[in-house]
Amino acid sequence: MVQPLNCLPESASQTAGPYVHIGLMPTYAGNAGSYDHEIGGSPISDGAQGQIIRIVGSVFDGTGWALRDALIESWQADASGRFPGQEGADPAVSGHCRFAADAVTGEFTLRTVKPGRVPSRHGRAFAPHISLWIVARGINIGLQTRIYFEDEDNEGDPLLSRIEQRPRVDTLIAKKTDDGTYRFDIRLQGDGETVFLDI
Amino acid sequence: MTDPGPLIPRNREAHPVAYCPGYKTSVARSPNLPLLSMESGPSEETGPTFGHSTFGTLDNNLILNWTRGAAPAVGERILMHGRVLDETARPVPNTLVEIWQANAGGRYRHKKDSYLAPLDPNFGGCGRTLTDDQGRYQFLTIRPGAYPWPNRGNDWRPMHIHVSVFGHSFGQRLITQMYFEGDPLIPLCPIAATIRDRSQLDRLVAPLDMAHSRPLDYLAYKFDIVLRGRRQSMFENKPEGM
Repeated sequence: MVQPLNCLPESASQTAGPYVHIGLMPTYAGNAGSYDHEIGGSPISDGAQGQIIRIVGSVFDGTGWALRDALIESWQADASGRFPGQEGADPAVSGHCRFAADAVTGEFTLRTVKPGRVPSRHGRAFAPHISLWIVARGINIGLQTRIYFEDEDNEGDPLLSRIEQRPRVDTLIAKKTDDGTYRFDIRLQGDGETVFLDI
Repeated sequence: MTDPGPLIPRNREAHPVAYCPGYKTSVARSPNLPLLSMESGPSEETGPTFGHSTFGTLDNNLILNWTRGAAPAVGERILMHGRVLDETARPVPNTLVEIWQANAGGRYRHKKDSYLAPLDPNFGGCGRTLTDDQGRYQFLTIRPGAYPWPNRGNDWRPMHIHVSVFGHSFGQRLITQMYFEGDPLIPLCPIAATIRDRSQLDRLVAPLDMAHSRPLDYLAYKFDIVLRGRRQSMFENKPEGM
C-alpha cells in the first residue's frame, strides 16, 4: 500500500448531442425568451480597438459533408494581445463567442477583432490566433484547435513549430479572401485533417 | 503575482475515445490523426467570466422558467445539485453551469426532434446558474424521459441531463451528461459506452440523495463535476534553462 494521492479524476466528457443549441444558443434554436441575456453573442462590442475581421468556414466530416449541427466557441486576446481581465485589456473585447454552423448551408461566420501576439510562459510569443472548441453529435469530447492568419508572422510560433508534418501547419491558417475576410475550414477526418490539440 | 501554473495535462484514458462504431455518427466525425499535445499557455489558462447581472432568478428553475413562473412543467420534480471541483479537489466558485434536457416524455423542444411523445407547453428544457463560493450549484427540474434514437435498430438513451461547464479557463471547458442511479438503459447505451473506463462512467451516474430531497415536493440527485486542475510547484514556471 502507498499513501493516497487525493487527486480527483476529471469528469468524463460526453457528446453534446444533436440538440446542444437548445441549451447553449436557445434563440438560434428557435427558443427565444428562454433567457433575458444570452451569453457568447459576440466577442466584441462597439468601440473595440483593432481591425474588425470576419472568418467564414465550415466543419467537414470524413465524407466531405459540412456539418449542419456543429457548435463552436472561440476565445481570444484583444488587439494588443491581452485577455479579458488582464491589466490594460480592451474593455470592449469579451473574447468569447458562440456560433453555429448554419442549419441549411453548414457555414459559420465569426465577426471579431484580429487578436495581437500573446506572450508565453517560456519567452517566445504566440503569433496572433483564436482558440476554438468544437462540439456536435458524434464528437465525444470537444475538439480544440486554433485559427492563425496567413498575413501575420507565424514564424517561431511555439505551437505551429511543433507540427512535424509541415504541410499540416496549413490546416491552422486562415486564408484571406477579401479585405478583412478570411476562410477557415475545419476537417474532422481524412484528407487535410485539421490539427486538433491536446493542450 | 504568483503564476498559478499550467493546466494538468488531460488524462485521455478518462474520456471517451473519438471513434466508436457502436455510436455511428462518431465514425465520420472522429479525427484519425493524433492530437498535438502541448503545455497550456495563456489562451488555455484564461477564460470568459460572466457577471451575476446576466442571469435571471428563474434561470436555474426549469419547472418554471419557460413560462416565466406562470405554470409548472409536467413530470417528476427533482433537485439536481452538486459541486464543481478541480482535480486537486479545490472547489471552482463562480463558474457557469448550463444544462439542457428532454421533457418528462423524452422529447426535446427542438425542431429536429419528432418523437411521438408530445411537447410540454410549460417546459423549455434549458437552465443555467453560477456556482457559489464553495463551488455548489443547484437546479430544480423534472426528470427527463428515456427516448429512442436513430442509431442501431433499437437504441434508447437512458434518462440524462446534458451539462456544460466553463471553469476559470478555456482549457477546462467540458460538456458531459448526468445519468440517474438505477436506470437499466445505461449499460445498453452506445453513447455511455464510449467511456471505456467503467469507474469513469459510474462517476456520471447521480445517486438518489434523500437528505437533500424535500418532503412532499421533490427528490434530489447529487452530481459533482470535476474539471482539470493546475500544476503548481515552487520549482517550475521559470523560463526554460534557468
